[in-house]
Amino acid sequence: MLAWSNGSRDSLSIRARVVDPVEGLDGPATVTVEDGVVTAIESAPSAPGGLVLAPAFVDPHVHLRTPGREDEETIASGTAAAAAGGYCAIVAMPNTDPVVDTASVLEALVERAREEAVVPTGFTAAISKGQRGEELTEMAELAAAGAIAFTDDGRPVSSAGLMRRALAYSAVADRPLALHCEETALSQGGQMHEGAVSAELGLAGWPSVAESLMVERDLGLAAYEDRPVHLQHLSAGASVDAVRRARLAGVRVSAEASPHHLCATDELVRSLDANAKMNPPLGTEDDRRALVEGLLDGTIDCIATDHAPHARHEKDAPFEEAPFGVTGLETAFAALNTFLVREGAVPLEVVLERLSAGPARALRLPVPRIAVGEPANLALLDLDAVWTVREDAFRSRSANSWLLGQTLTGAVVKTVAAGKVVFAQ
Amino acid sequence: MPERATRNLLGIRDLTREDAERILDTARALERSLDREVKKLPTLRGRLVVNLFYESSTRTLSSFDLAAKRLSADTMVLRASGSSVDKGESLRDTALTLAAYDPDVIVIRHPHIGAAQLVADATSAHVVNAGDGKHQHPTQALLDLFTIREALGRLDGVVVAIVGDVLHSRVARSLIEALLLVGAEPVLVAPPTLLPRGIEAMGCRVSTTIETLADADVVYVLRMQAERMEAAYVPSLREYTALYGITPERVRAGQVVMHPGPMNRGVEIDPRVADSGASLITTQVRSGLVVRMAVLYDLLTAPGLAVAARVLEVA
Repeated sequence: MLAWSNGSRDSLSIRARVVDPVEGLDGPATVTVEDGVVTAIESAPSAPGGLVLAPAFVDPHVHLRTPGREDEETIASGTAAAAAGGYCAIVAMPNTDPVVDTASVLEALVERAREEAVVPTGFTAAISKGQRGEELTEMAELAAAGAIAFTDDGRPVSSAGLMRRALAYSAVADRPLALHCEETALSQGGQMHEGAVSAELGLAGWPSVAESLMVERDLGLAAYEDRPVHLQHLSAGASVDAVRRARLAGVRVSAEASPHHLCATDELVRSLDANAKMNPPLGTEDDRRALVEGLLDGTIDCIATDHAPHARHEKDAPFEEAPFGVTGLETAFAALNTFLVREGAVPLEVVLERLSAGPARALRLPVPRIAVGEPANLALLDLDAVWTVREDAFRSRSANSWLLGQTLTGAVVKTVAAGKVVFAQ
Repeated sequence: MPERATRNLLGIRDLTREDAERILDTARALERSLDREVKKLPTLRGRLVVNLFYESSTRTLSSFDLAAKRLSADTMVLRASGSSVDKGESLRDTALTLAAYDPDVIVIRHPHIGAAQLVADATSAHVVNAGDGKHQHPTQALLDLFTIREALGRLDGVVVAIVGDVLHSRVARSLIEALLLVGAEPVLVAPPTLLPRGIEAMGCRVSTTIETLADADVVYVLRMQAERMEAAYVPSLREYTALYGITPERVRAGQVVMHPGPMNRGVEIDPRVADSGASLITTQVRSGLVVRMAVLYDLLTAPGLAVAARVLEVA
């Protein structure tokens, strides 16, 4: 269930290169929207250079920090950031204070989203009470109250026994589980990917096997219980291999990668900038290439920002004292366009599909499509726009971006979500 | 007048080979001043050197403090305990508070990597990293280079076996970079659990057997801490000592032995080695003083041997 502040529905027409991988569209056309619904798609002889109209994006993994840390993000600011990033739907994680583990907390959030969410917003609930990894939440009641999926994101479900029960019981709620895969016995104390860079810097290493081992465990349990799983923010090449094998064996698995894991490596940590600190940590160039390979062949079917706002004073600290996480909603497309599309590593239509239809399918949300009769969920993109990421230009309340100061190519010009223009440059 | 080559000394990466050699040459010139009756030089009179120490340290703090005093600078020591740091003040705020006194140099020791860089970014003082986490301890590496050069007469091609807990050692990381910078050859010797995965990418050889010591000119022994057993890095200190302890039998004639201190006698180093003629351990402490004087001097004055010579004339 998605919730947002219902307002007017807009009418507009846009002439651009229309690219919709789901509908098989790619060519200059004029798309007409009347009262929030696509009413006509007429091919045009040409389109303004660099402009692409695509189905708007869906982010399966956002931290809105509400309730509890409204100084870092609110539903209003986080969804405004999403609108500026080209998103027509986002899904919020439940690791808030309090944790979203009861229907009353969830219902209050949905109510607030109806008042202040700029784009349709879904909420996930925790797998375990308090995300403590001990007892299951009341999944059926939470699903009825609107939970999109269940996740203990931010921490793994360490107990294999509880994970097995969660998988089996999730059938009652009929919602997928979204899993943060981390064997904490291996990652404990880790500050960055364990490898040549951590060896040189002297930062405690976080071995990539801490992720891939848990991916293997969870895929094994998902196969055994014959339940679907959604794997969050994969970072290791070995994890991609494991997902590929499991899918061939018939396991129903979807998987995310973040723009930062697809575009950057642990070399970024040499700056000692706390905005290069994420969970999971940035991997090696081999890991990055494996993720890109997975994105190309569909093993990775979702790009998720894992947008994780943090207060400036918390990130403005020595690396080891700073919290994990970076923002991403407002830079995702530009980063992917700059580092993957323009470099020739990934075709534009693959990036667009993994930003929109892929995550929508994984979390069973409506797939945004550019088709007559469909609600308008559109992202107008300028592939050639050059801009510099500046701390004071974010709509998010936080500015802990790994891209601060970098010049990127590609920008979101306009976003239409649920028939309403929610962002225009 | 040549531009100052380094504004800060945050890590060995801040130095070129010329910078390192110039500092060692200055240290050598300054060392002669230590033999005088009046050991104080007027060079940095009126300058303020702040020692900001977030970790307990005896030898590094006293060495920096004395180095600054020998150059006639004013010094101030701030320790983490009993200061506003205990009240939760952030490192940046502490740095900004100190900056209000307009110090010329801030020497910082901190348990976390990048702390020295953060202070350098926040203030206009010259910053010297006196140890940040397990990252860097550049003045230790420079004093070790100085000690080796004085003892062996050269650095180029010298093989230095660094033995012990490399994983948790900022001394080892700085020393590896410093040795590579001046053309020496670091070889790491440690149990596999205490060798950081991927460390060989820095350009050093790696070994897990103590026999590797045989072809080294210098045996550099790292401190082995008892808490390493809690995380199962080694089964016991007893077994560590049996496999990697530096005993007289393992030191070949002509080799010299070094240790950054404080030593665990009978653990990583046999007292008979520590107190033998092959040991340069007390020389290292004396080198520490002159090298830190040279570093302060280098940051606060135009570099160059001619200038270093003039310092001594003034004295």
